[in-house]
Amino acid sequence: MTLTTSRRGFIKGAAAAGAVLVLGTRPDGALAAADADTMLTPFVRIDADGTVTAIVKHFEKGQGPATGLTTLIAEELGLTMEQIAYDFAPSNPQVYNNLLFGQIQGTGGSTAMANSFMQYRQAGAAARAMLIQAAADSWGVDPAQLDIVDGVITGAGHSAPLGDFVAQAAALPVPAEPPLRDPAQWRLIGNPDVHRTDSAIKGNGQAKYAMDVHLPNQMVAMIARPDQRGATVVGFDDSGAQDVTGFIMAQTLPNKAGVAVYAESTWAAIQAREALSVDWDMSGAETRSSDQIRDEIMAALNAAPTYNVNGSDPAATLTALEGANQVIEQTFYFPLLAHAPMEPLNCTIEQTADGDIVLHDGAQMPTGPHMAMAQIFQLPMEKIHIKTMLAGGSFGRRATPDADYQVEAALAFVMTDRSRPVKLVWTREDDIRGGYYRPAVGHKVRVGLDADGAIVGWDHRVAGQSIAKGTPFEAFIVRDGVDHSSVEGAADTPYQIPGAFFGLTDTPKATSTLWWRSVGHSHTAYVMEVMMDQAARAAGADPLTYRLSYLQGGEDQQRKAAVLQLAADKAGWGQVPAGRSQGIAVHKSFGSYVAEVVEISGTPEDGIVIEKVTAAVDCGIAVNPDVIKAQIEGGIGYGIGHAMRDQITLDGGAVDQWNFPDYEPLRIGDIKAIETHIVASALPPTGIGEPGTPPAAPALANAISAVGMAVVADLPMSENGVSFA
Amino acid sequence: MAVTLKLNGTTHQVDAEPGTPLLWVIRDDLKLTGTKFGCGVASCGACTVHMNGEPVRSCQTYIEDVEDAEITTIEAMSEDKIGAAVQQAWVELDVVQCGYCQSGQIMSAVGLLSENPKPSADEIDDYMSGNACRCATYQRIRAGIQRASDILEA
Repeated sequence: MTLTTSRRGFIKGAAAAGAVLVLGTRPDGALAAADADTMLTPFVRIDADGTVTAIVKHFEKGQGPATGLTTLIAEELGLTMEQIAYDFAPSNPQVYNNLLFGQIQGTGGSTAMANSFMQYRQAGAAARAMLIQAAADSWGVDPAQLDIVDGVITGAGHSAPLGDFVAQAAALPVPAEPPLRDPAQWRLIGNPDVHRTDSAIKGNGQAKYAMDVHLPNQMVAMIARPDQRGATVVGFDDSGAQDVTGFIMAQTLPNKAGVAVYAESTWAAIQAREALSVDWDMSGAETRSSDQIRDEIMAALNAAPTYNVNGSDPAATLTALEGANQVIEQTFYFPLLAHAPMEPLNCTIEQTADGDIVLHDGAQMPTGPHMAMAQIFQLPMEKIHIKTMLAGGSFGRRATPDADYQVEAALAFVMTDRSRPVKLVWTREDDIRGGYYRPAVGHKVRVGLDADGAIVGWDHRVAGQSIAKGTPFEAFIVRDGVDHSSVEGAADTPYQIPGAFFGLTDTPKATSTLWWRSVGHSHTAYVMEVMMDQAARAAGADPLTYRLSYLQGGEDQQRKAAVLQLAADKAGWGQVPAGRSQGIAVHKSFGSYVAEVVEISGTPEDGIVIEKVTAAVDCGIAVNPDVIKAQIEGGIGYGIGHAMRDQITLDGGAVDQWNFPDYEPLRIGDIKAIETHIVASALPPTGIGEPGTPPAAPALANAISAVGMAVVADLPMSENGVSFA
Repeated sequence: MAVTLKLNGTTHQVDAEPGTPLLWVIRDDLKLTGTKFGCGVASCGACTVHMNGEPVRSCQTYIEDVEDAEITTIEAMSEDKIGAAVQQAWVELDVVQCGYCQSGQIMSAVGLLSENPKPSADEIDDYMSGNACRCATYQRIRAGIQRASDILEA
């Protein structure tokens, strides 16, 4: 920045006074400004030299908040994206809570933009109003004549960088309701040319993930865990580990869930753990196999459901089915699935000179580990600090209600003299075998059609392992015994289905269950959309027009119908080239509507090729259209990849799979092309990280049905009669 | 054992046991963290580096086998003509999501373009099939390689 002498003098004085303008919300929700010393932890920080930094309260696992939330601040402050930096917020649930999660700071449920959209715009707008007021006072002009354009306060014949007025602005009262920019004037929000803020560092090796933390003198810890979850340590023999160069020590975790192996390096820790021999008490261990889990679910589906989810009369539905012209029936089974983010789980803990604890973590739900660590270290919350790093994916895995891996690290650290930081590292094998899976779930559906093919009754039973029960989230997610995450996307479908009954039965958990990208929608969308397709087929109707006939209501139905029609139009629905076939599916999740058409060639016997996926999405205001497209592309890949060939199976309680060779990720050649179309909208933004996933697998299944194969009702497809080229 | 390692044009002396994967020497000893640990079994490609200009999986390349080799990591790719073009294309197309696999993707992409300056979509899919991306950024990886090819041709 080029400064005149007088300005340099001013900045110097301002800096000496520590003047920076920070805008945040007080615990009562009101916007507040303060200098850095009083630290009312902010959403936007403006240093005395004019450097603007967006404080991003959501972690970045690739889904885009470091771009999206930064964009909101830049838009309101009148900055280009090059004029703003970002930093991740510290853990402070009073200030950085997810407004949709109560007093919990965390990312999940595709809520990052939905809960931040107004909050971050208001923070940026308040900063703009105060800077303009300060400039107007200084210049003796009407603030209404001024604006900030590309970081320069300008108007009424004056012009100066916003940094010139930081000190004066910081002394002004914060406007209660700062005027937001008119959407018609937006230059960044909705602009398809706004790039991600993290592309360059992720392409040149400079991006820092938790795995990249190297603190001076740190130890690397790995945990020897039992093959069967629930087994506990009786004792161990580390004589083999003693021969490993770099091995430091091994100690049983205080909760006896495993043995912590400490070493000087990651490779030494891997080898030392390999050389360790552990005796396990199996009395509390899981010993069931996948077949038993499946049998329990199937038995539950064939009994009366425990819970009536939608409050309708099941007898009326049965009567409607008895009177139907034809009834189509299908039973579905969805296996356990691992999340397998690219970065194996890890985090590092250190103690500072004044006894504070610092956790370096790709923290998805900071409040969980924050509270757990306060308990483990017997420290008040303010003595625990979480440094949020970039996260190498999550798909839900980092958001465990019990802060599993952070607690492991804390236990491994608390057993030491705390003079050396401890970095806990999981391997891919730990990840694949580590529990916390998408639950195994079954659905049994009977759909009655009249002589014209119209639905007269829909009897839908779900049986599976609850995610929320037994966790702190139970109070938010479970209502009248129903874990909403088991039935979301089915019982609350926008389809106007006459005579619908939805029932639910919980089955025993075999491992810890966890939300997995799109949670309940990961199976309910499959069942709803495959059954809709089968009903259309039985009715002799086109699957598109058949669906549209059940979407004739209000806004909810219209938005779902609109994405369906848009995807169909863009995909050339009904005009497939020779040798190709198409399947369609549409689903609402996390407030957003996504329709997808999958076009395939080949046959299930000789090998299917996924030639193209065409998607349409309505997620309200598209803050960053390119990030939205990327999330739909990724969501499709995640849904299709697992449906094609992934499952976690148990043999006597032990996980059969071990690493990527038998939990095979989607590969580059599996989907030849994806095209995404965004519905223009002025409605508030809704979710985008997850909604691309649910319709992908059923659209593929429906395309496979279109080439004559019976319904693929058991997943993964490759284990159930479908081969892929 | 003492090992002399030529990496990114600099000679390093490191102390490592025979059988130590190159990956851990690069990450833990030399503190170059752009090369990632993803699976440890050469199944995901996140650890890809160049050995004498050819992509190799550093998690399955042992320290005793690299003593006379020139090793190059993502940190030096901006100095490579093809590497710089791929990095430029990656930024232009915003290929990355979580980004954790992308160092390896770029190292493989540079390997592909070094031997095939104008790869078809099928050739890209074939060559890149060993690099997993759990975010499924594949379609942009494919487009990014084609864009880098165009940049290099211009």
